Amino acid sequence: MRAIIGRKIGMTRYFESNGKSNAATIIEAGPCVVTEVKTKETHGYNAVQVGFGVKKEKQLAKPQKGLFTKLNIAPVEVLKEMRDLESDQPLKPGDTITVDSFATGDRVNVTGISKGKGFQGVIKRHHFNGGPVTHGQSDRLRAPGSIGSSSYPSRVYKGLRMAGQMGNQNVTVRGLQILKVDLENNIIIIKGAVPGANKGIVLIRK
Amino acid sequence: MNKLDAVSASQMKTDIPEFKPGDTVNVHVKVVEGDKERIQVFQGVVINRKGAGINETFTVRKISNGVGVERIFPLHSPNLSKIERLKEGKVRRAKLYYLRELRGKASRIEEKRVQ
Repeated sequence: MRAIIGRKIGMTRYFESNGKSNAATIIEAGPCVVTEVKTKETHGYNAVQVGFGVKKEKQLAKPQKGLFTKLNIAPVEVLKEMRDLESDQPLKPGDTITVDSFATGDRVNVTGISKGKGFQGVIKRHHFNGGPVTHGQSDRLRAPGSIGSSSYPSRVYKGLRMAGQMGNQNVTVRGLQILKVDLENNIIIIKGAVPGANKGIVLIRK
Repeated sequence: MNKLDAVSASQMKTDIPEFKPGDTVNVHVKVVEGDKERIQVFQGVVINRKGAGINETFTVRKISNGVGVERIFPLHSPNLSKIERLKEGKVRRAKLYYLRELRGKASRIEEKRVQ
């Protein structure tokens, strides 16, 4: 299995065996349970639906309760569907996925929901430079400047960088290196930072 | 213990001797040259200890060929094979940055008398 769902625990310092010190993110990954396998024939595409975490039964809606009763597994906190995963052997519902498919030195892509920054101006959101401070300027300090020409095109181009919601969106960081895999405690240590706040759900893919 | 602390604790050394700013120490540093590894000793005065847990570092200052040299070591780095306390200094500060302004006799630190 080339992917696993995990929870970001936090960041710390990690020493490699040669003494090199790294900033590292600790992720508690798996064990995940396969809840559904979708195939090209029946669903139109290949995918695996995987669950992670623990949820109390009283927090479940009835349709979800039915799913877990049918599979006879403990209720999970998150369900994620992952398309077109290559796997060594075919998976079936009820199988568990653990960190043992990852190894030290692997390059992985980590997806998470970034920390929300709210509605932000162009300086923070797009690294604009802002306006001049002196020479008789007023109210121009953090303004975006011109947003286009006049009679032609008589409109603002789509996709122009402006103020708006920043953060709280899906972000993938690619090519992160795995420093250590702790099979006993289901922990993956990744070099550098991953998107999202502590306790956030992240998806690790090889 | 939470999981973050557990990961940090698994890397922390437990055999670090007690030392504090003002003390003179020998720091045994592993140096890799090509494929050979040897121990280099850095001797000087501890002028700073900061940080906590796995992030703790300390600064050692010495005068080498008339030039002041300071090295900052991560306390829990696997590159430090040993730390030896040679002398215990009597100082009234936690950070001895004033030593950078002093030369020769003035930069000496009075040794603590151990009863």
